[in-house]
Amino acid sequence: MKKKTTMTVTDIRSLAEGVFSMKLRYPEGDLPEEVKPGQFAGLYPNDPSKLLPRPISICRWDPDTGELQFVFRVAGAGTASLAAQKPGDSVDMLGILGNGYDLEKLSGKRVLLLGGGIGIPPMVELAAALAGRPGTGVTAVMGYRNSDLFLTQELERYGNLLIATEDGSVGTKGNVLDAVREASVRADAVCACGPMPMLRAVKKFAREQGIPAYISLEERMACGVGACLGCVTKTVKTDSHSHVRNARICTEGPVFDAEEVEI
Amino acid sequence: MREGTCGVKPDMSVNIAGVELKNPVMTASGTFGSGMEYSEFVDLNHLGAVVTKGVANKPWEGNPTPRVAEVYGGMLNAIGLQNPGIDVFIERDLAFLKQFDTKVIVNVCGHTEEEYLEVVERLADETVDMLEINVSCPNVKQGAIQFGQDPKCLTDITAKVKRIAKQPVIMKLTPNVTDIAEMARAAEAGGADAISLINTITGMKIDIEKRSFVLANKTGGLSGPAIKPVAVRMVWQAAQAVKIPIIGMGGIASAEDAVEFMLAGASAVAVGAMNFHDPCLTQKVVDGMEQYLLRHNIHTVRELTGAVQ
Ligand SMILES: Cc1cc2nc3c(=O)[nH]c(=O)nc-3n(C[C@H](O)[C@H](O)[C@H](O)COP(=O)(O)OP(=O)(O)OC[C@H]3O[C@@H](n4cnc5c(N)ncnc54)[C@H](O)[C@@H]3O)c2cc1C
Ligand SMILES: Cc1cc2nc3c(=O)[nH]c(=O)nc-3n(C[C@H](O)[C@H](O)[C@H](O)COP(=O)(O)O)c2cc1C
Ligand code: FES
Repeated sequence: MKKKTTMTVTDIRSLAEGVFSMKLRYPEGDLPEEVKPGQFAGLYPNDPSKLLPRPISICRWDPDTGELQFVFRVAGAGTASLAAQKPGDSVDMLGILGNGYDLEKLSGKRVLLLGGGIGIPPMVELAAALAGRPGTGVTAVMGYRNSDLFLTQELERYGNLLIATEDGSVGTKGNVLDAVREASVRADAVCACGPMPMLRAVKKFAREQGIPAYISLEERMACGVGACLGCVTKTVKTDSHSHVRNARICTEGPVFDAEEVEI
Repeated sequence: MREGTCGVKPDMSVNIAGVELKNPVMTASGTFGSGMEYSEFVDLNHLGAVVTKGVANKPWEGNPTPRVAEVYGGMLNAIGLQNPGIDVFIERDLAFLKQFDTKVIVNVCGHTEEEYLEVVERLADETVDMLEINVSCPNVKQGAIQFGQDPKCLTDITAKVKRIAKQPVIMKLTPNVTDIAEMARAAEAGGADAISLINTITGMKIDIEKRSFVLANKTGGLSGPAIKPVAVRMVWQAAQAVKIPIIGMGGIASAEDAVEFMLAGASAVAVGAMNFHDPCLTQKVVDGMEQYLLRHNIHTVRELTGAVQ
């Protein structure tokens, strides 16, 4: 059940230059039935001139405390207003949105998680969910600009972690696929979130390896719930909802089998 | 706060072209899908009518992305009328809406006269309460805009739709004209049973860092609170010009906004882009209008129409 909920900020801190972690707690007795890795929420800036929710991925979900953790980069005025919140403040949230990763398809496999920049946060919840599944191996390869890393401790907890940096200051110099090749990582499936050039390279890589790639896409959104048709991506086949080759990233996605979308 | 006659529930029903709505609050086409997505948030049974996303004779791909952009107090959209076509629409969307005790208004789009008429014909035997003809979408290049911007064309297409339509016909007007009163009269002259306004105002946003257009379509339709004063003014001007009922919309964000449209001359209102801000807004507008009537000791919502002095 999706709804708009007034959440309470329980923690907010800077993790790296311009990157913030924010924890939001549900009101007592108002928890969602399920939160899947790869799903997201729409966070409303506390600014009446801004109408639209900002789509932000779920980085962690703790059903015991009723807290969701989001990690976001300040990209404009909306995320800046979110970063300025203080513990105890209220943030309106539309959630829980999107499909998330299909864990059944990943269970019992060697799963390679690839995150680039602000595509890293959803990989934490995914790594945690997979690590709890018997026979499932997690190798996370994360790409950063420089040595200003974030979420590495969290990722190390759930599997093997490799790092790539654009400037070579930590780990492999280059992108996540450079690091994968350098370490000759073997995998049965890839899950990736990051900028479009990275996702295109991941699609190609998975094809070469003959393994499935599940990629998380981004697009400008308005409603976040599938009503406005603002956030579509081109699909290979006619989509069952639109009856044209357009799937809604907010609803059929954000996670797609790379072979099913034209990116 | 002053209560109405001993707190008696005010009469919220309105009658548009012979169709009795339980209240004057509708959804604005394209902002509410076919109701399915928002039925998780609001009980559709509580709405006066659900107005569906524009539907054409065949599936439309729509425009490339980015299709939406936020602007101060509003948003731009250039969806390009993506829709699954009338067959799927009837089979899936109409079937879904039939379950609810609300009126169903189908928004119709097309590139050519023939395409509009084909959809109208296909809907003749369906359980649809009214048709809303979108002759005003600014995001479709192949001509639809001309119908809505030229009074003669508007009268002509209205008359042609009326000839074959089995349901009352609402003509949806574009604000992208010099004289809205003239367009309202043109629709009335063609035999329209009602008019709705406003559609979006053509706008543009430029990313100054990238020095590029934010929308792939370059231009997009502006909606949201930013357009409300324009919309209220146009509803008032149209109301001075025609006798047929008017459905007012453009930036409605609260019951107070809805009342403002009614006072300007609307017989009903539609909530659009602000559904994205608050998915429960339609219900809140219904409740808030009722409160307003109670507070002002007004017995029927119909008394508000055109009551500005
Ligand atoms: C499914 C999904 C998950 C995301 N998860 C994260 C995350 O975990 N962490 C993170 O830092 N960012 C994430 N993003 C990107 C994030 O939504 C944007 O950075 C944010 O909306 C920017 O808002 P703003 O007001 O600061 O920027 P502005 O540029 O001022 O925003 C203007 C408008 O454009 C939209 N917009 C701007 N950039 C993007 C973008 N890249 N994607 C979608 N909409 C955008 C905004 O939502 C707003 O409506 C995600 C995007 C999507 C679609
Ligand atoms: C995303 C979006 C899609 C729309 N699609 C349609 C459409 O298919 N047909 C139509 O007649 N109007 C369409 N409109 C216009 C609205 O119905 C309404 O006339 C306009 O947005 C003004 O109201 P608002 O400010 O409350 O949104 C659309 C508007 C938006 C924001
Ligand atoms: S954001 Fe409206 S359909 Fe996805």
